[in-house]
Amino acid sequence: MASITVTVDGVKYSDEVEPRLLLVHYLRERLGKTGTPVGCDTSNCGACTVHMNGVSVKSCAVLAVQADGAEITTIEGLANGEWHPLQEAFKTEHALQCGYCTPGMIMAAADLLRTNSHPSDEEIRDGLEGNLCRCTGYENIVRAVRRAAGAGVTP
Amino acid sequence: MTTDTQAAAPEVGKARLRKEDARLLTGQTNWTDNIVLPGMLHMCFVRSPFAHARITSVDVSAARGMPGVIAAFSGADFAGEQGSLPCAWPVTPDIVIPHHPPMATDEVRYVGEAVAVVVARDRYEAADAIAAVDVNYEPLPPVLDMRAALEEGSPKVHEAGNKSYEWVFEQGDPIAAFRDAPVVIERNYRQQRLIPCAMEPRAVVASTDVAGEITLWSSTQIPHVLRFALSAFFGIPEQNIRVIAPDVGGGFGSKLQVTAEEVLAVLVSSKLRRPVKWTESRSEGNLTVHHGRDQWQRIRIAADRDGRVRGLDVDLLADMGAYLMLVTPGVPLLGAFMFPAIYKMDAYSFKCTGVFSTKMPTDAYRGAGRPEATFAIERIMDELAVELGMDPLQLRERNWIKHDEFPYTTIATLVYDSGNYEAATARARELFRYDELRAEQEARRASGDPVQLGIGISTFTEMCGLAPSRVLGSLSYGAGGWEHASVRMLPTGKVEVVTGSSAHGQGHETAWSQIVADKLGIPFEDIRVLHGDTQVSHKGMDTYGSRSLTVGGIALAGACDKVIAKAKKLAAHVMEASENDIEFTAGRLHVRGDPAQGRSIQEIALATFAAHDLPDGMEPSLDSDHTYDPDNFSFPHGTHLCATEVDTETGRVTIRSYVAVDDVGKVVNPLIVEGQVHGGIVQGIAQALYEEAVYDDDGNLLTTTLADYLVPSAADVPTITTDRTETPATTNPLGVKGVGEAGTIASTPAVVNAIVDALRPMGINDVPMPCTPEHVWRAIQAARDTGTGQNGGGQ
Repeated sequence: MASITVTVDGVKYSDEVEPRLLLVHYLRERLGKTGTPVGCDTSNCGACTVHMNGVSVKSCAVLAVQADGAEITTIEGLANGEWHPLQEAFKTEHALQCGYCTPGMIMAAADLLRTNSHPSDEEIRDGLEGNLCRCTGYENIVRAVRRAAGAGVTP
Repeated sequence: MTTDTQAAAPEVGKARLRKEDARLLTGQTNWTDNIVLPGMLHMCFVRSPFAHARITSVDVSAARGMPGVIAAFSGADFAGEQGSLPCAWPVTPDIVIPHHPPMATDEVRYVGEAVAVVVARDRYEAADAIAAVDVNYEPLPPVLDMRAALEEGSPKVHEAGNKSYEWVFEQGDPIAAFRDAPVVIERNYRQQRLIPCAMEPRAVVASTDVAGEITLWSSTQIPHVLRFALSAFFGIPEQNIRVIAPDVGGGFGSKLQVTAEEVLAVLVSSKLRRPVKWTESRSEGNLTVHHGRDQWQRIRIAADRDGRVRGLDVDLLADMGAYLMLVTPGVPLLGAFMFPAIYKMDAYSFKCTGVFSTKMPTDAYRGAGRPEATFAIERIMDELAVELGMDPLQLRERNWIKHDEFPYTTIATLVYDSGNYEAATARARELFRYDELRAEQEARRASGDPVQLGIGISTFTEMCGLAPSRVLGSLSYGAGGWEHASVRMLPTGKVEVVTGSSAHGQGHETAWSQIVADKLGIPFEDIRVLHGDTQVSHKGMDTYGSRSLTVGGIALAGACDKVIAKAKKLAAHVMEASENDIEFTAGRLHVRGDPAQGRSIQEIALATFAAHDLPDGMEPSLDSDHTYDPDNFSFPHGTHLCATEVDTETGRVTIRSYVAVDDVGKVVNPLIVEGQVHGGIVQGIAQALYEEAVYDDDGNLLTTTLADYLVPSAADVPTITTDRTETPATTNPLGVKGVGEAGTIASTPAVVNAIVDALRPMGINDVPMPCTPEHVWRAIQAARDTGTGQNGGGQ
């Protein structure tokens, strides 16, 4: 067992964890933060994407012990009173259907906009390459990210 | 309570933002894997590493001693109660339906088949302990190729042999049609095996209380069918089973199943009297969620020189996999009626042979039989156009049913109620700039551009809205095709709607609210939609086959009509008028000609709550149920046009533009419809370009992860241009048609037609799916080296 202290969505937690415990399982099963889902076991789908110290990571590919001392933001902590512009834009553009990929997609898109505040459609598509969606065909996700970036929205 | 119910703009047709989204966007979701119950244990399965083997021993005793392990079971431990997983569609009287225990006891027939289960305190401990289960196998030869499986002397998957059934259908005089036609061409197409890959892996939680009452949470499309199956096939009294489908993260047919894991979770929980959970990993899911497609298709078409199609002849081999699951054998039959598509002809013959293999069973996957049929007919229409020297759109137009010929009985005996192929095609042609692209194609061919342009066409239709119960009966399906809905008028005038249609991402909560808002004249916000829990929604046939709106939505409209009829009686009493004089307009019940003096239906609902002043014998309730059985399928259609650029040096395919003009009848919510079309198209593009479940020569699945099984990302798919024409269905009061599968059915042939069109001058007339750079490059090399790019006989 290892001792870790992690701040998740603004709350500080100290826990004893097995060294092999994945961050996503720590979030879901120890902290009850089930907003972040698991979609695969090879870090291809991105459903479990969260921010670690402000940068997006796939929380199935991070051990809980690696998050010791880190600040984690999940989809549950993204809204700050008001919804995040990406949450609003995903709703407005119908960029989700079943919603399973949505937390990871939004967290990845937030990181994309942090590094490129006005991406082209191609940059949005390339930037979200690590996040899979089976429902939307991505068209409306691209529109939503474009809308959130304040670049207007035209089909 | 307001009496100002000025008629608002109709809700149906509005691009309403979804009610579902708030919880999904903020992480306040209720996925099955989120569920934690006191004392809950975790299951992990030991699965066969062999495609085919005899089990000589299973020893779970060492696993029982591992840390945190509460129990471990082999198939033999459940021999008396695990029964056989059901197949609900015995398509012929002599079909072979093998015994299919949830956990194998004597023999395993695909890699991934469950042989033992470990139950532990947490999922890590359960996963650790499966290594301590000792299973001995005696390998048997795998059966991996459908054609070889039918040959004399092939190893057998089951004692009874490798053929499950042969189903035939014939109309007109196919022999005469093919004998007399001046042009006959034949092609062989491969529908590769696909893995559905809903983003949410399957998950199950089962809990059994002290009275033996069972609650099963499952990531399923079919809570009602599952409850029935657990009772009918596993002997659990139906009144003691509650099935809940909480938020379900996509299905695409893959969660239209009664699974081994669901049954075993119930059995283990009942045995241990503790709640148990099982959540699959993606790798486990790719192995053991039912697969889709997997057919060899031989198709022949007979035509006159002027392009008139005379007849069609189809011979399928369909890979069932190792067992028949819920609707495995019926999937190709859903395609049987769709090969003639939108075209008129004199004769049609169809034969399908269901073949066993030592692979994961196949079953419904988005489109289920119809994408396969649409692919073959749309591909061969292009081939026929080349043979006749006609433009492929012109050939289609020559043969399709004209808009003034509806209703039209097709050669496959379906009655298409409505459609307008001319309008959808004209609009698609315009948006696509068809003539300009053809001119560019000519120029690039003439200049010898190494990157060639191809244009692909798919003028598809499909049959959906499953289904009229009598049709299902005639096809030997084990259940009906109706749907149920209830409307509960709450005392304060708010409304609860209960639907038997179980949503898993489609947006029922929004669309159903729109329908009820218009029917009852009450605000969209005043309506709450309940679904997916058999204790709340006791009756339903669930969600698949693009049936929710065309069956469940109509059931809902019927329930609303009954509410109104009840409200009229009460309003007549309150207003001291004759019931015959009461009219219902925009949410108000009033005496004919005097709308100002009426009562809102919400006020009438309150009157039934107090019930102080009802006439003798009047039931104090407006609540109503309706079960709707459709008269016919629905037949959405459309024209999809795809332009591809194919690099003849590398084989790389790029979709340059994609235009989809769909006609799904009246639209309840255009936002949702467009989303379904986008997602459906991309799933069909994925079959055309990227996805294939690959087994090696020993029967090991090589594509167990999303690194190997290439579900496309945003970077891999094009921008899609969509538009609609609107030809209302005449077979239901809302005029609606299904949309959930249309895109997937349409897009695969559009893309492959475009690729072949690009390569046609090289003598190539087929590229096997998925059209990866390697497959395209090999087709080009074969054509260059030997001139054998032709697909005339078998491959």
